[in-house]
Amino acid sequence: MSTNPLIFEHSRPGRRAAAQIPRAVDDNALADLPAHLRREGKPALPEVSEPEVVRHYTNTSAQNFAIDKQFYPLGSCTMKYNPRGANKAAMMPGFLARHPLAPERHSQGYMECMHELQDFLKEVTGMEDVSLAPMAGAQGEFSGVAMIRKYHEANGDDERSEILIPEAAHGTNPATAVMCGYKVREVPVGKDGDVDLDALKEAVGPQTAGLMMTNPSTCGVFERKIEEIAKTVHDAGGLLYYDGANLNAILGKVRPGDMGFDVIHMNLHKTFATPHGGGGPGAGPVGVSKRLQRYMPTPVVGQRDNGSFYWKDTDELPDSIGHLSAFMGNAGVLLRAYFYAMVLGREGMIRVGEYSTLAANYLSKRLQDVGCDAAYPSRRASHEFLLTFARQAKHNGVTAVDVAKRLLDYNQHAPTVYFPLLVPECFLIEPTETETKEALDRFVDAMENILKEAKDDPDLLHGAPYTQPLTRLDEVQAAKELDLAYKEEGAA
Amino acid sequence: MPYIPHTPDEVRSMLDTIGAESIEALFDEIPAHLKADKLDKLPEGRPEMEVLAQMGERAARDGQPLCFLGAGAYDHHVPAAVWELATRGEFYTAYTPYQAEASQGTLQTIYEFQTMMSRLTGMEVSNASVYDGASGLAEAVLMALRANRKSKSRRVLVPDAVNPRYRAAVESITSNQGVEQELVPFCTEAGQTLTDSLKPYEGDDYAALVVPQPNFFGSIEEVDALTNWAHEQNMLVIALVNPTALALLTPPGEWGQQGADIVVGEGQPLGCPISSGGPYFGFMCCTRKLVRQMPGRIIAKAEDTEGRTGYTMTLQAREQHIRRSKATSNICTNQGLAMTAATIHMALLGPEGLTNTAAQSHSKLNQLLDKLTAIDGVEKAFTAPGFHEAVIRLPKPAQAVVDALSEQNILAGYPLSQSYHGQDDQLLICATEKRTEDEMDRFANALQEVLQ
Amino acid sequence: MSQIPEELRYATSHEWVRMEDDGNVYVGISDHAQDSLGDLVFVEPPEVGDEISTGDECGVVESVKAASDIYAPMSGEVIAVNENLEDSPELVNQDPYGDGWIYQLKPANKAEWDELLSADDYATTLEDDED
Repeated sequence: MSTNPLIFEHSRPGRRAAAQIPRAVDDNALADLPAHLRREGKPALPEVSEPEVVRHYTNTSAQNFAIDKQFYPLGSCTMKYNPRGANKAAMMPGFLARHPLAPERHSQGYMECMHELQDFLKEVTGMEDVSLAPMAGAQGEFSGVAMIRKYHEANGDDERSEILIPEAAHGTNPATAVMCGYKVREVPVGKDGDVDLDALKEAVGPQTAGLMMTNPSTCGVFERKIEEIAKTVHDAGGLLYYDGANLNAILGKVRPGDMGFDVIHMNLHKTFATPHGGGGPGAGPVGVSKRLQRYMPTPVVGQRDNGSFYWKDTDELPDSIGHLSAFMGNAGVLLRAYFYAMVLGREGMIRVGEYSTLAANYLSKRLQDVGCDAAYPSRRASHEFLLTFARQAKHNGVTAVDVAKRLLDYNQHAPTVYFPLLVPECFLIEPTETETKEALDRFVDAMENILKEAKDDPDLLHGAPYTQPLTRLDEVQAAKELDLAYKEEGAA
Repeated sequence: MPYIPHTPDEVRSMLDTIGAESIEALFDEIPAHLKADKLDKLPEGRPEMEVLAQMGERAARDGQPLCFLGAGAYDHHVPAAVWELATRGEFYTAYTPYQAEASQGTLQTIYEFQTMMSRLTGMEVSNASVYDGASGLAEAVLMALRANRKSKSRRVLVPDAVNPRYRAAVESITSNQGVEQELVPFCTEAGQTLTDSLKPYEGDDYAALVVPQPNFFGSIEEVDALTNWAHEQNMLVIALVNPTALALLTPPGEWGQQGADIVVGEGQPLGCPISSGGPYFGFMCCTRKLVRQMPGRIIAKAEDTEGRTGYTMTLQAREQHIRRSKATSNICTNQGLAMTAATIHMALLGPEGLTNTAAQSHSKLNQLLDKLTAIDGVEKAFTAPGFHEAVIRLPKPAQAVVDALSEQNILAGYPLSQSYHGQDDQLLICATEKRTEDEMDRFANALQEVLQ
Repeated sequence: MSQIPEELRYATSHEWVRMEDDGNVYVGISDHAQDSLGDLVFVEPPEVGDEISTGDECGVVESVKAASDIYAPMSGEVIAVNENLEDSPELVNQDPYGDGWIYQLKPANKAEWDELLSADDYATTLEDDED
């Protein structure tokens, strides 16, 4: 039984979306294709009419939570409003029709936008230069660490084999370090949420290639000893990598370049309000300090003295870590971010940091007032903060997942759960600057009710959610059976 | 304040609740001397109307030239409904489907996508997409190294006839892990990778052979022979395919005796406009045996507590957010929206639509070749049959011809001199179902003039 | 409190080892290990014929929320793997010291047996972990 049939279940032999089917060609036109390399029969795609397709995907989309519908306070994900204007701008026919290998004369308009975006990102992060090439945050991270590696190699510094990573870091950090051929050493986090500086001093050495850090950290607090950390790593000959996942918190207030970072990636799908699209596409530009500039991923937009724009490629940047995609990254996402940057401008950038921090501190205070436990009660929230349900887990047998699932019944998307791993039964909550005070208050009301339910009727939470298209799914059975593609009934 | 809703009264009341004097006070944990100055170099903000007007002017300036350029990005028709649906707020502004009960729209769409890609490629398993075809090939190479237990090698065989931009991306992404690409030469007459060229590698340890179909020159490869050779040598086969071509050509799952092991490719032809190179998506499929070595997100069918069918993320223990330094890749996102568009695109085209698209593209390439090779001094460079791209030889350097035609608002193709030595007179051209007889004549006439 | 049979030896990485009369050993993961991983959905044992050294990663156990490497508690040659786990990984949860064994090893150096933890010592490491 299914609440929403698959597109394949609408399929009927011979049904067509006829307006979308190009004219058939004469069989002779295919005669030059070698018979032994021809496909037998047509690919078994669904056979459906156009109105059915439109209705099916409209109904399917309706089964999602989305920022356009709900409050979505996922920590470290920055689910803010995605301006419709940005979509309109990126979907202009001239941009959509531009071939990625089109010559310069057919690319000046696009490149001018990208050049301005590069300049904008440089200024707002305080870095020397920016490459827009990486297609997502994880690829930005990859480029950053690959540049660190090239830098050490160019200095003949071959002994550096380790990347240091605070234990609260995103999982991408260690995965990236390994993709770049490094070993990972984790650095503990102290009880106040800051990196344990003594442990860091013990961990650094001639084997240290660099440190990857998020600031504010994934504990939702600003790393107060950042300068000492930077000095410790730099003194040991390592470089400092800034994971820009939480850039929203400090936009316009502090610049990673000024904190001493050598390389940074930005998640434009977070900080610059481009859509998450159910899991991509993102864009993860990298900013670099002067000493890493020559290693930037290509291509980068350059400007000649006569004002025209051109692609700087590996011929001009021979030490570059190279291309990360077939062309030049997720252009359409970059155009959306450009639109956002231009609408907000200087004052708007500063306001992002300010109002996202205001919203987070307000929500944190109100939630603590109604009985939630903050993981770091003595600290200011950055743009996000951590709650822990360890107390409820112990006394009522209610876990963070139970609370998260119950929130769906209050028409609120759950925050990030069980991350970072070092805080038990945690919620990482990031309200962003675009939510009204009423929306924040509604979330508090929901949480207050749920805490009460947790005491009075824990089983109610164990069974949640009740109002969604489905109840909880059996992930264990799903992983054992691994049904990853539909088969028609009776099919082999 | 664009996109920020708070009135001054609300700000005051929120600060009172917090017990802070001002917004600035919320930043009191940040050392004062680290605070940014006024960011004077940034422009002032502007209303939507002005920004749209300026971007509109720039978009128009790029001119929408007539496109016979392919080389990895293909100008196919995209049904109007595709992006109307994909940019619905419910798809467009949803996050990664971590909360399955609140994300069935995205999850079901991915499951449908996986099913369509499995069927198109003839493989058992598909993931939810990776960034693009080039980075997808890099992921496939790393996957093959993990998966091939019979090989201890960090080397893979890659035909020189694989898109050079893909080879460059593979180099950037995998070289830090000690991966080496050994280039297999192509036959300069046929424009194909011959099994004879593989002889020198027999008995050597390579983890995988990449088999493009069609290759960068548009030529159709003898995939069965290549696949069998690789398997006899204990190498895995990574098929690198154009998804449109698969409507006409043998799916990789049926290549040779055993079929390909891993299939990757650029998904752009399935519903993504060429749009300056992205967002596109890379698709990635494999045999069931290798599923745990596959990077990226995978969705499985599941049952809820009431016995109803739903969909959920699965095999997450492979992924970075759980496995951290031992993950199969650092990838987190897929190209969700582009993949959603592709799913809708394939649903609208159906078996007949995709087949006719491929057949029209192929047939128009042959028409175009007839028109162009009728010009004195212009001839086909290779003898192998092509899909919807082919290389022609010109009596002048191809780059100069491309530059001249671009003045007439025609993208004539890709000069191979940009990637290959000694092929300065060769031009890679492309036709899709969109190109009309008139457009082809315009190209042929312009080319004739330039060559005179 | 998890079960820790007296007659077995243990590695700090939570594998157990049982010595048979013929000198070969069975290897699995402890009750504590299966309990902290939760419902297993997949077990990847080493391959028969693999030569492994103490401390090598030689397999993976996977639940919905975690994947954990299996380390070799002793050096030797893998002479059998538990094929039932392919379809029924839950055996490791249900009977970690019996039907849930993972592979059988022909030890290269039987002296390594004496270096493994006794049941008491293993219990102590678990208590230490909880502190």
